[in-house]
Amino acid sequence: MHAFANPARFLRIARPLTPWLGWSGALLVAVALGAGLTVTPPDYLQGESVRILYVHVPSAWLGMAGWSGIAVASLMQLVWRHPLAAIAARAVAAPGALFAAICLVTGSIWGRPTWGTWWEWDGRLTSMLVLFFLYLAYLALAAAEDDQGPGERRLSAIFGLTGAAILPVIHYSVLWWRSLHQRPSIGIKGSSIDGSILWPLPIALLGFTLLFAAIVLMRMRAALAHAKVEARLRRLAAA
Amino acid sequence: MKAKNQRLTLALLALAAIVGAALLAASALRDQAAYFYTPADARRLGVEPGRSVRLGGMVEGGSIRRSPDGVTIAFTVTDGQATVPVSFRGIVPDLFKERSGVVAEGHFTPTGSFVADTILAKHDERYMPPQVAGAMHESDSLDTDAKVRAK
Repeated sequence: MHAFANPARFLRIARPLTPWLGWSGALLVAVALGAGLTVTPPDYLQGESVRILYVHVPSAWLGMAGWSGIAVASLMQLVWRHPLAAIAARAVAAPGALFAAICLVTGSIWGRPTWGTWWEWDGRLTSMLVLFFLYLAYLALAAAEDDQGPGERRLSAIFGLTGAAILPVIHYSVLWWRSLHQRPSIGIKGSSIDGSILWPLPIALLGFTLLFAAIVLMRMRAALAHAKVEARLRRLAAA
Repeated sequence: MKAKNQRLTLALLALAAIVGAALLAASALRDQAAYFYTPADARRLGVEPGRSVRLGGMVEGGSIRRSPDGVTIAFTVTDGQATVPVSFRGIVPDLFKERSGVVAEGHFTPTGSFVADTILAKHDERYMPPQVAGAMHESDSLDTDAKVRAK
């Protein structure tokens, strides 16, 4: 990772990589969602509302993977003082919050016809909402820290690392506690989703992930460009 | 020890401590954070009548009785060890049916039956198209019953 300690080298790779990730992700998402809306059969109990799965599951994954990314970047910032780590963690936070919100909203829309309720304070739903609030808190903290000018930005890194404690709680919430939310359908032993319904899901997962990566790279490039502008302005003001 | 290694050890120890604390808190919450009581829980813990609680389990096969007024239903919730008769007045979700999961919000009466204010259907982790479900119907209900007994 230290090969990318030099922002110029990082940009040389990130610049051409962004459109590739973005367009291939968008294509895969279009294929998966198109198939999920028209090709796959309805579920025997849920009927057509099962199709929300192809958006809900990838956004839940990205909501959690996003914070894992923040935690890893925070660790790299605290331990190795990697110069891009703080920028990466900040770039992940906004799309991570967005996908956590999409997960909550799609789950709520699915819950109304299936469970008969928009929202319940069940372990899985509540812990996912806590993750969404953690994202908002991280964004506010990072913005406040950046307002203080260039510095160590250690506080947001510590928060990013500690916030990772919510991730196992979300994952195990349906196993530890009796909950309204069903248990995981997909595990290492296979899947309890029939193949005819399942197949677009891995495509959607990969597609949304590539799209997420493209957004993160774009935001990192924008942050680096912004830092460059600020530095130049400061130099001009000093001259 | 180099400063970098010292920071790494410190960060990992702190992370382990925080995750450990979260796990301890979660396991302490195990009973309180359970979203509902099962019939066996309710009998074992002796939930007092009138207190607002949730009762969850399977709707027993053949137990749903609809009253002539069209909005009042009665059914039995089971977890394989105990059963509780439940009455409810209102509209149930589409997925509410016999031999499938249900969560009822309401209170116990002094006679040990349950009066529900809200009925939620619990969906399990199995997804399949109607044709497959039709073919599996027999083994499916047996499977569900076995699962309930295993719990």
